[in-house]
Formats: sequence, C-alpha cells, structure tokens
Amino acid sequence: MGQSRVIVVGAGPAGVRCAEVLVAAGIKPILVDESRRDGGQIYRRQPEGFTRSYPSLYGTEAERARALHQSFESLRSRVDYRPETLAWNIYDRQLHTVSAGVTKALPFDALVVCSGATDRLMPVKGWHYAGTYSMGAAQIALKSQACAIGRQVVFAGTGPLLYLVAAQYVKAGAKVAAVLDTSSLWKRVRALPKLAARPRVLLNGVSLMRTLRGAGVKVVTGIEPVEIHGSDEDGVRGITYRSQDGATHRVECDAVALGYHVRPETQLADLARCEFRFDAETRQWLPTVDQDGRSTTPGVYLAGDGARVLGADGAEIAGKLAAWALLEDMGHPVPDAERAALRREREAMDRFRQGLVEAFPWPAEQAARLPDEAIVCRCEAITAGELRRVVNQMGACEANRAKAFSRVGMGRCQGRYCGHAGAEVVAAAAGIALEKVGRLRGQAPVKPLSMAVREEQE
Amino acid sequence: MTGRFVRLAETGRAPVRFELDGAPAEALAGDTLLVAVLSNARSVRSSEFGDDRRAGFCLMGACQDCWVWTAAGERLRSCTTVVEEGMQIVTTQPEGSWAKVA
Amino acid sequence: MNSHRADVVIVGGGIMGAATAFFLRKRGASVILLERGLIGQQASGTNFGNVRRMGRPVEQLPLSNRSRESWLKFKELFGEDVELLLNGQLRVGFTPEHEERMATYAQDAKDFGMGMQMMGGKALRERFPYLGPDITAGCYAPFEGHANPRLAAPIIGRAAVREGAQVFENTEIVSVEKEGEDFRVNAADGRTFRAPVALITAGAWGNLISTSFGEPVPMIAKAPQMCVTEPVPYVIGPSIGALIDDPDQLVYFRQVARGNIVVGGGGHELADIENRRAYVNPRRTLLKLKNAPRVMPAFNRLSIIRVWSGIEGYMEDSRAVMGPSARVPGLYYAFGFSGHGFQLGPGVGDVMAELIHTGATTTPIEHYHISRFAKQAMQAA
Repeated sequence: MGQSRVIVVGAGPAGVRCAEVLVAAGIKPILVDESRRDGGQIYRRQPEGFTRSYPSLYGTEAERARALHQSFESLRSRVDYRPETLAWNIYDRQLHTVSAGVTKALPFDALVVCSGATDRLMPVKGWHYAGTYSMGAAQIALKSQACAIGRQVVFAGTGPLLYLVAAQYVKAGAKVAAVLDTSSLWKRVRALPKLAARPRVLLNGVSLMRTLRGAGVKVVTGIEPVEIHGSDEDGVRGITYRSQDGATHRVECDAVALGYHVRPETQLADLARCEFRFDAETRQWLPTVDQDGRSTTPGVYLAGDGARVLGADGAEIAGKLAAWALLEDMGHPVPDAERAALRREREAMDRFRQGLVEAFPWPAEQAARLPDEAIVCRCEAITAGELRRVVNQMGACEANRAKAFSRVGMGRCQGRYCGHAGAEVVAAAAGIALEKVGRLRGQAPVKPLSMAVREEQE
Repeated sequence: MTGRFVRLAETGRAPVRFELDGAPAEALAGDTLLVAVLSNARSVRSSEFGDDRRAGFCLMGACQDCWVWTAAGERLRSCTTVVEEGMQIVTTQPEGSWAKVA
Repeated sequence: MNSHRADVVIVGGGIMGAATAFFLRKRGASVILLERGLIGQQASGTNFGNVRRMGRPVEQLPLSNRSRESWLKFKELFGEDVELLLNGQLRVGFTPEHEERMATYAQDAKDFGMGMQMMGGKALRERFPYLGPDITAGCYAPFEGHANPRLAAPIIGRAAVREGAQVFENTEIVSVEKEGEDFRVNAADGRTFRAPVALITAGAWGNLISTSFGEPVPMIAKAPQMCVTEPVPYVIGPSIGALIDDPDQLVYFRQVARGNIVVGGGGHELADIENRRAYVNPRRTLLKLKNAPRVMPAFNRLSIIRVWSGIEGYMEDSRAVMGPSARVPGLYYAFGFSGHGFQLGPGVGDVMAELIHTGATTTPIEHYHISRFAKQAMQAA
C-alpha cells in the first residue's frame, strides 16, 4: 500500500491531537493551518518576542495549553506543517490551499476538518459602530496582543466566554464598565445538574464570577441589549439595555464586546458536500457526523468545535476519535478500550454542553424585536427592515432567497456573522419555523481569495 | 489623535515606524497592523455603504471588516498582517484610484 | 382544489415563463405558471446579468431589440427596480484577428441601433484608463448595460401575479400530456393543471418535455462559473468582455453600482439536472483570476469573495428552441437559450404572448423553430 494522502485542516486542539494519532500510526499528514502559529484560537500563542507566562495567558488552562504546544513541537518534524495557509475550497477530492500568494490543489484520500468556531452574534442597533467587537476578538486582543479593545469596555451577550473574557480583562488591568448577560441567573441554576457533569469547569466559572465581584464590576443578568450608542466618526459611546423589570439603563463605554457563545465554522464541510441537519436545541444547521466524526462524505471527517461545540478538551478528544475513525476506515488497528473510554468521557462533556446551551441560551426572540433600522449584515450594511421587506413584499421566506434579494449574507464574511440572526429575522417576519428557512449554502472561497494568486503544482 | 486600543502589557518591544494617512506613527514589533493602527487612531476604514467608520470586529481573519488600503493601492487584512517598518497605510476609500496602475 | 384551468399553462418559471405569463395577462388571456422551485432560481437568477445586444447573431437582433424596449421601461412595466445600469458594453481584443472579428461584426450589425465604435488600444486606454497594455483594439457600444439577475425574473413574476396570473411555485411537474383538446400538466403531489395551450419554458429541462412529445433536441446542461469581488469604488462603467480564442480562457466582467465586480468566463462545467446541482470548479475560477488582470491589471489588487453557478440549457447549435411545436397543435416552446437568454427574456415573453394570442409574431423567430432538429429526431427514433 502506498503512502496514504491524509490532510488535517486546523492546528488547534482537535487538529494537533488528530495529527498526533495519525503520526503514531505511521502516517505523515499534511497539517494546514491559517494561523502563523499552532494552538488554534483557544490556545493561540502570542507572537515571538512576547514574554507573558502560560498562567497569565491561559489561566486555569495553562497546563493544557502547554501540553498541546509541546505535543505540537514534538510532532513538527513528522507532519508536513503548513502555517499561514488558507484552505479555500474542496473539489473533486482535492483541497485547495493558498499561502503567500500561491495556490495549490492537494489531492487527499482522507481529510480531517478541524476548522474551529467563531462567535455567534445577535445584532443590536448600533453594533456597526467602530468599537463593537466580537467576544472572541476582545480575548484575542488581550491574549495575542496584550491590548484591551477600549478604555471602558462593556461585555454583553451570554455564554461562558462572557465571564471568562471579562475576568481576564479585570486581571490584566483593563477597565470593565459592565457585564450584561441576556440569560437569567435562574436559567443557570436550572442547568446546574447538567453543568455538574464537569465539576472542575463549573468551579472555574464560579471563580470567574468571584473575580468580577471582587473587582466591583457591575454584572447584570436577564437583560436585553437595546442599542449601542455612538457616532459614525468616533464609534461607540455607550450601551442601553433593558433590565428584567422593563426599565432601561445606559452604561457609558468606548467599546462593547458582544457574543452569544460560538458557532462552528462549517464552510469546508459544506464544500466537501457533507449533509447538514437542523439542531433544534441550538437552533442552527450542523454537519451530520457519527460519534467519531465521520461525515456523510466518505473520507471526510469533522472534529472539534467545527463540527459540534464542546470546547477545547472536547476538541482534543474529537481529534483523536476522528483520527481513529480514519485509521479504522483505512484498515489500521485502533485501540478499542482507549477509544471506548474517550467516547464515554465525551458523553459527560456533551451533558455539560447541553447545560451550557440551557444556561446561556441563544436569544432567538430578540430577532423579532430588532428595530427596522438596526443593521443585520455588517458587511453590506443591510438593515432588519430591508430583510423584513424582502420577506413581506417579495415572499422570500428561504435563507438563500432572502439573501439573493436583500444581500444579507452576501458580503465579505459570507454570512458568518449575520447568517444565524438573519434566518431568525426571516422566520419571525414570515411566521414560520426557523428550520423551514433553511441554511445559507456555503460557497467558495472560504475567505476572500486574492486575484493575484499564482497556481503551483504540489 | 487618540488610539482605540489600550496596551496593558508587553510594552518593552522595539518600536516600528509606519505611516498612517500620510502622518508618521509608531507601533511595536509583533503588533498586528490592526493593533498598530488602532493604537494611534479610532478606526481603520470607512464602510462602503454608509458614513460610519469601522475598526474591525473579529480579530481572527473571519469577518473581513478590517481590510485597509496601502498608499500604493494594495489591500491588507489588518488583523492577520504583522506591521512592518515603513508601511504606508490609508484609512480612507481611495475613490477611483484603485483601478489606476502605474 | 386539485385541478386548475386556464387559457395557457406555462411550465417553467424562469425569466422566459414569467415574462410570457405577464404579457399574456396584458393581452387578457388567463395563465397558469408552474415552477418546480422558486421563480428565477436557475439560469435566470444565476447568470452574469448582461443586458447587451452586441455580439449576438445578427438574426437575433430584432428579438433582442424588442426585448430592449421592455428593459428600458422595466420599472414602469414590471413595477420594481432591477438595478439596470446602461453604461455601455465594451469588447476588447489582443490581436489583429480579434480586431478584424469585431470590425466585421460592427459592419454586419450596423443597422440595429447599437452605435458601435471601433477603438484602437491608445484611444481605449485614454477613455478607460484601467485597461491593460496588451489590448490592441476594442468595440464600444454605448447604449448597452447590465442588471441584477437575482431580482429580474422574480420581479416579472410578481408583476404577472399582480396582473392576475396564477403562479404556483414549489410545484414539481411529472408529466405533460395532451388530453382531447387540452393539455394536462400533472404535478408530483397529484394536482393537475389544464389548458388548451401549453408553453414549455423549462430551460435545461425543456428537452425532457419536448422529447415526451416526440421532439427531442440536442441539448446539454452546463454550469456557468461566476465569481464576484469585494466592493470597490465604482469606476468601470461598461460591461467588458475580452475576445479570447479558447473558450476556457474567456473572461468578462461588470461592476455593479455598489462596487462589486462580477466576473464570468473560464468555460463551463456540466450540470446535474436530475439532482439540480451545479458546481464551480476551482480550476475554472483560477483560470479567470489568471486572465482577468490581462484586461484590467488592477484586478490583481482585489479579492474574490464568492463564486456561484446555476443550470443553463445549451443547444448543440447555440440557438434556442422558440416557437410552436412541429407536431402538436397548441404546444409552444421557448427554452435552451444557451447562456445568452437573460437580455432576451422580456422580449421572448412579449413575442411568445403575441404568437400564442394572435397566431403570428412581427418579430422573426424562424431560426429557432424546433423543426430544425426533426430529421435528427427521426433518425433517433
């Protein structure tokens, strides 16, 4: 048997653990990663020349981060590692990559996509003003560049990152003006039995709350964001929210970090023609995978948050399981006991994940209340009112139809940041179930592709 | 001109000089171009479809909100580009000049 | 209500079917328009969007000119704006042979009101300074333009509904039969639609129906290979196409008012009409990226943000099937526009409505009669 051509996309927790298992089985995978350095988003490494310690960068996860980075270092000579390389298309069992202006078509026998996740966003009026960032962005500014996104930062939205990043800002000496959670305390209490599936993680969350309280940060739960105030020229100046009693409050700030947990990056799965299914729990379309990460396209495996959001340690397990699935499909032996143990471990994580979904729910109901003048698609500057117009006057009740008429999702980000909310706006305006709206078809390139690229043979 | 981003640590790095809208500006070695610009200014570009200024959004190369022009008419995604000595960055729309080629 | 009746039943809700429904209503006929998906979803909605006459075969120009009348008053006629930009069309070439081809066409088609002007490389670059140095000649037609294909057919479809047409979307048709004096169109869900006249405007699927009436045509389904750039300040003006000798090397582009540049060309892939799937082959995208900067070097500064395809019916001789059936009274066809039907759409609707309503049309369409394939069909039988 000739050397199998195996490609792993993504050098985060899932990709690195996947590559590790493949290497141990005697395969030398190509490891394609968009970043300059390994680690993915969660264990993103600071640039060369930065000096902060692991504990200051990764907090309670410092040892896991260090372990992953060390694993990668020891793998480095045994994988064909291609950093700063974008996988921009999949066609005819070839992965198309671009790096430094050169595009290549890499044929594969098996492909493991560990594409990670990006923030899940619900628009709020004024979120287009300079100074509104995704929750992930606020964290990257700090972790990777040692910066705060502003002098007075409000953290708004919901999800575990809300408290984590706010606490990281406090510890780093930034001024946190408020933490505004759309979820209520009650929901978190009710989710406790499921969250207790991972006591350590739950305790970490409690300790974040303590950090925030200790620093005197205003934390309000059960809110709804009303408007981010600002000016075209200077950007964000404040945020107004409605509290549970119906009163509105304004907090002055020059930056807002906004996010509602994260969503998988599924463009490559889509281009690989994997089937998707509607996940009613999280109200989104996800690629169909079996328990080990096999997609519906033979030879294509999906692992980590890019398939199902389980967090970093869940991604490490998913990476290994996908690698074993791939090896098994190629006729290699796999360690059954170890695999069974990891599957069980992941089940506990899945209970915790369900707990997170219940504790920090996606605020679908906000979509119907978005004022008409609020921008839904930041790239194309298309408002909720325009999107509702194509539903009501042009009968566009399907996601791609609404996009074709309104341009919501047609811009540079290709619907990453407006797709979920746009579908909710359409569903609410049309009075139909979200599932019926369908999902935006993924189209290449995964990210903008320079027209100056040169083609080179591998 | 006040910056948008606030440096909290790692300030001992070597300075990098670049040009922002024709004026001299300073960043630190290892800064992304986005951080370099936003340490000096409030925004990196204007929206094509409104009067509002933009300052990036995701910082991980996904949202494509932070593309800037260079004085020579090249396009750079500032959050995934490392600032380099002597870069000339323009934060306004170039109007028709983008199509002119020397 | 499982059975519907009208004077005319139209199968296929692309721009041809929608426009015919509209113009038939204007003439007072009752109309049923049937569409498997949504109006204008395939070729009509995914094509490049040229609203041009230049480059069409001379025998097609009367039809194209008739269509132009509708385009010029599109909003007045159909009620909504279609983002029509009439900033001309420019064809450019790189060799004396290209120049000669353009000059011959300009001469042959000079009587059709396009105002074509041949221009040398220097004059071209003075007027359109973004053009590349390799271009040696061009032909500029100042009155042509482009529009938004995602909007056009749906707008016409809505206009037809306002005029009283019965439009059924998401209606999968399994067969069309002649039953006595009537055509009976059977939907997969059991509904039936009857009319004494049937028009087949089913695009790439047209051949399936014409074959069921004993009139097969040589047609294949192709997938155009489109892409679009990020938005940049508007400068380009005309819709531009390059003359290139190998169809795979073809490139053409237009800048929409919002600034994005739509780039077509790079040849075609075959489309899968059974599963209704059409894909963009990255090799073809890359071909365009390689060739486009030759026409406009500044493309090298831009990025593409999206590619797309659709399903277009291409006839072996690149000429549509348009007119009455050669075998079945009351049956009409308008399909197979071979990748150049968008501009013709409103005109085809206008002409087919006239033909169905009066039995004749003032616009010559005999080149498109299905009987040209009759010999082939007999040989096949």
